[in-house]
Amino acid sequence: MKHKITLFVILGLIITLLYAFKTGIFSNLSDDYAGMELPEVVDYNFHIKPVLSDNCYTCHGPDANKRKANLRLDLEESAFEELKESPGQYAFVAGKPNRSKAYYHITADDPNEIMPPSDSKLSLNSYEKRLIKKWIEQGAKFEKHWAFLPPQKKELPKVETSDWGQNEIDGFVLKKLVENSIQPSERTSNETLIRRISLDLTGLPPQIEQVKELLALPGEEIIPKAIDLFLSTPAYGERMTQSWLDLARYADSHGYQDDSYRTMWPWRDWVIHAFNKNLPYDEFLTWQLAGDLLPNANSEQILATGFNRNHPITQEGGVIQEEYRTNYVLDRTNTLGKGILGLTLECARCHDHKYDAISQENYFEFFSFFNQVNEKGLQMDAVQAKNQKFFADPPYITLTANEVDGILDFVNLDKGKKVNVMVMNDSAPRTAFILNRGEYDQPTDSVIPNTPEIIYPFSEELPRNRLGLAKWITDKNNPLTARVYVNRIWGMLFGSGLVETSEDFGVQGSLPTHPELLDWLAVDFMEHDWDIQYLLKKIMFSATYQQKSELRPDLIKSDSENKLLARAPRFRMSGEMIRDYILATSGLLNTEVGGPSVKPYQPPGLWAETNAGENRGVLTNYVQDGGDDLYRRSLYTLWKRTLPPPSMTIFDAPTRDFCEVRRQKTNTPLQALALQNDIQVLEAARVLAQRTLADKADDPDIVKNMFQRILVRSPNEEELMTLNNYYYDAVKLYVDAFEDAKKLVSIGEYEQLEVDPAKTAALMLTAQVIYNLDETITKE
Amino acid sequence: MEKDKNKSENPLKVNRRHFFSQLSVGIGSLALGSLLIPDLFKGTTENPLSQPLGIPHYAPKAKRIIYLFQAGAPSQLETFDYKPILRKRMGEDLPESIRKGQRLTNMTANQDKFPLMPPKVGFKQHGESQTWISDFFPHIAKIADDITVVRSMHTEAINHDPAITFLQTGSQISGRPSMGSWLSYGLGSENKNLPSFVVLTSRGKGNSQGLYSKLWSSGFLDSKHQGVLLRSGKDPVLYLNDPEGLSRSDKRHLLDHVSSLNKLHHVETGDDEIESRIAQYEMAYRMQMSVPDVMDISKEPQSIIDLYGEGCQVPGTYAANALQARRLAENGVRFIQLYHQGWDQHGNLHNEMAGQAKDVDQASAALVLDLKQRGMLDDTLVVWGGEFGRGNYAQGKFDPENYGRDHHPKAFSIWMAGGGIKPGLNYGQTDEFGYNVVENPVHINDFHATLMHTMGLDHEQLIYKYQGRRFRLTDVAGNVIKDLLA
Repeated sequence: MKHKITLFVILGLIITLLYAFKTGIFSNLSDDYAGMELPEVVDYNFHIKPVLSDNCYTCHGPDANKRKANLRLDLEESAFEELKESPGQYAFVAGKPNRSKAYYHITADDPNEIMPPSDSKLSLNSYEKRLIKKWIEQGAKFEKHWAFLPPQKKELPKVETSDWGQNEIDGFVLKKLVENSIQPSERTSNETLIRRISLDLTGLPPQIEQVKELLALPGEEIIPKAIDLFLSTPAYGERMTQSWLDLARYADSHGYQDDSYRTMWPWRDWVIHAFNKNLPYDEFLTWQLAGDLLPNANSEQILATGFNRNHPITQEGGVIQEEYRTNYVLDRTNTLGKGILGLTLECARCHDHKYDAISQENYFEFFSFFNQVNEKGLQMDAVQAKNQKFFADPPYITLTANEVDGILDFVNLDKGKKVNVMVMNDSAPRTAFILNRGEYDQPTDSVIPNTPEIIYPFSEELPRNRLGLAKWITDKNNPLTARVYVNRIWGMLFGSGLVETSEDFGVQGSLPTHPELLDWLAVDFMEHDWDIQYLLKKIMFSATYQQKSELRPDLIKSDSENKLLARAPRFRMSGEMIRDYILATSGLLNTEVGGPSVKPYQPPGLWAETNAGENRGVLTNYVQDGGDDLYRRSLYTLWKRTLPPPSMTIFDAPTRDFCEVRRQKTNTPLQALALQNDIQVLEAARVLAQRTLADKADDPDIVKNMFQRILVRSPNEEELMTLNNYYYDAVKLYVDAFEDAKKLVSIGEYEQLEVDPAKTAALMLTAQVIYNLDETITKE
Repeated sequence: MEKDKNKSENPLKVNRRHFFSQLSVGIGSLALGSLLIPDLFKGTTENPLSQPLGIPHYAPKAKRIIYLFQAGAPSQLETFDYKPILRKRMGEDLPESIRKGQRLTNMTANQDKFPLMPPKVGFKQHGESQTWISDFFPHIAKIADDITVVRSMHTEAINHDPAITFLQTGSQISGRPSMGSWLSYGLGSENKNLPSFVVLTSRGKGNSQGLYSKLWSSGFLDSKHQGVLLRSGKDPVLYLNDPEGLSRSDKRHLLDHVSSLNKLHHVETGDDEIESRIAQYEMAYRMQMSVPDVMDISKEPQSIIDLYGEGCQVPGTYAANALQARRLAENGVRFIQLYHQGWDQHGNLHNEMAGQAKDVDQASAALVLDLKQRGMLDDTLVVWGGEFGRGNYAQGKFDPENYGRDHHPKAFSIWMAGGGIKPGLNYGQTDEFGYNVVENPVHINDFHATLMHTMGLDHEQLIYKYQGRRFRLTDVAGNVIKDLLA
């Protein structure tokens, strides 16, 4: 009997196998894409264009010079034209995949026929092939690139099955969640929310007294009051400025070879001031791009144009001036693209953009707006600069004590001092040319200032100068400006924008996870006169923002990257925020606003090891400041481009050599070492310990209070027990090792308080344990 | 072999993401007509069968590179490119038929004459390979048959900053990942307790140009691939040393408490990033042991000290760094980048170069010999060279006793040894004036392609997608120079 069964089983297996071979199942065994289901309606922008762009545009896209077979697939009219090299045939025939030559080639087996060609190292997978087939069957409809269509406020989505939500934002989020059968998270605790809002709006933790006062309010008043409170402190402007500095590639040095000192800090003081007085975003941009061209421009508006002079300037002897002058204009153009328009314009410097409909001509038309500045490529090299204390290249304005008493009273200038700040002017009219391969010495056709029609046409009414450009950028019909900024703010609060590639809204950038929400926010922002604080409040009042940040087990499986926003984000703070957090919670933070940048603790020798020699500029050796300057907020730490503050770069700060809008959030051993052994952190722990002990040395809640002070919440029982055990063990240890205790507590320049060194050492290390917790450096 | 900036490099997470994207597309397609999570569709355009990182494309000859960068650009005419005609026609103007309108820096662009200037230093041929080497380098001369001299290097940049950036990152424009970062990204680390890309700097007495951290930056690659500057002195890695008064066991005790509290919070939040942080803290703790260990040359025998020269016992010298480089190589560091500053001789060239050569000659040769005697030269590639060459005419006043040379992009010389490169080869030639390459030119991109080839990487396949564009170390150019390969 057993034999018979075995035989049947074997026979059955053989038949199944034969059948499988016949139907080709095995040939598909390695195809992970075979089982993927196609969307009901294939969308050009969201499904097809990413595939075509990534695989076809290099040879059949916007770049005319690299175009093969005279075929262009990124434009509707050319994609449906009769093929120039195969008369009577067409790349796409709506509804007819089998008559569409493009489909024929992407599905060809013959290596001579297949597209993309095998030597391109590109290939379409079976899902993408089926996707294109279905799109052709459905009519092969083209659309303008999504980011170039004007944003529209669509009707708010209604979800009848749930009453979750606090404002308009939540409808868009909830709709996606329901479609994916995912529940949003519940509202987080008021304590967590106060900390979150404080970090987002001020870059600092809330003070423990503030938290107590807020929590004593009636429930519904707590959060509105918290938001107003944090928006009203000068720290708000500092926090917003911090993220603008990366974009504006702000630094206190010229960069390049010699990297000597420059004085752009009054511009930085202006940015803080602008955010604090809540200057609308359209004016904020206009002043920075073209403040000098405004009718009756005042000195504040001129100072704002320092934005365009923040780029590196070479001081290397021997450079060809025109080459570097060209580089500076290129840099302004690229910064406009990446930071304000969300476009990788720089890709069109040397050739037509390979993916976006930006030609090289478009690029140099943008370029020509910034090409009229009366500047030289190199004013003076670093050796001369040092002798003459020449810290700004013309054109610049000179600010004196008199001037800063008036409209510029936000510039933190010492009495009797004056300072030169580089600004813009248009006093050197030049014709701009398309530069072959982007090279300064290969001009071809001349261009006039203009903007790409595909984004939004440049009105004939506008002057063809930077002011006209600023007006074009801040026109409510410009499809990019508001979207890009709203997305940046979203990214600041959520760790990642609705468009993840916040620097690239082009064809190769990420698509928005919530396109309708992005558009709604952009339009709403413009309708409210580009009011940045309004925008922040709008997002912060949403249930989406106020959710818990825990990764529920179901979310780890279904949406580990939190693209659907079923929880609040949880991510590590920037290097600046971490340092400020530690200074603030230890009580050391010096809250002075603005002024020349300072030099806090830095491991010795770093500048000296890399500089070009003692005589080249004034930043060859790091001379640390003392006193209160050691405890200023991190945005005031002197930024030398060739060797930026290591405690910032270790936490992913860019060098500021060029515009950056997004920092990585890495997790490395060097970060662990910095948090354990940077004097700044150890000193903060020591001072916190001494002050606590001087206040109440025998308080049984000493550890608990310290935990609360740092983390803005009470420890749970297990946490408290762990920390108390640690503290009391350490006290015993250091009573026995008194000399070690004295060494340990001697760290840092801040004055010593007369308290027991053994207890100080023990409490200092307890503070160090807390400062090194993941939670401390994470926004939850 | 291609990855997106936004995806984690943790293989576990890649798998999870892959799983996730498959799953979600399934769910997504149930929601009729909706655009859904569009990025997930994009995610699937990744080839699931593409090669994981950490595996070379083909069998590598070299497992690691030690790059002895001579920053400031040593003159080819005083090192490896012997041009007797310069003496014969000393003082004559450089013929326009040779210069061909080459653009000049503004240090010499206004000179009305370009008088040919011979090297003051002598040259001799060495080894069976009959390699011409100047008398500045008696030790390198002795390893003439172990090295391959390339005299046909050329670049486009005429100033230090863009030139050095070009050589280190494949682009004159800053912001791209450094060569070492690319290799770390492509091949991963061989030692879990040390970074895979390490930088050591030293400075000679010659006219010097600055260095900058962007030269060892990972650009748009994950920051774990950035070069870690190992400094001489007691804090070789920033913040490596614990404060005084905290013993190693106290430190362990402290970290254990950090870990246990982090673990509690991991359970509460479900965020695996916390686990990763715990692991980074452990790695940091191990580095506190492994780095000083690898930096400690006190156990090196006298024979090794003699080989590298006495200078190797003085921390921060080129010789000390060369010895350090060997120790790092032994410990599995992929890319060891030395910079020796001071090679920018616009004046007083002979004396300054003599000093610079003295700094590096013995130790460079010693490194090759040391690797050889340990059987490591076969899989370690050593490269010696600067960022461009120097002009064959005098800069400024014509004085054969005290002259200088301006920057020159069209020809310069480097040498390489070991790691899959043919030994004892003289490759490429310049014209009789040492101005233009006339045979077997090697562009920076070709040089990079060849280096990557020796490490088992196809320069056209090691790609990283950023801002929608596919980036390579060699950008869109570069050919492997097969004649150089053993």
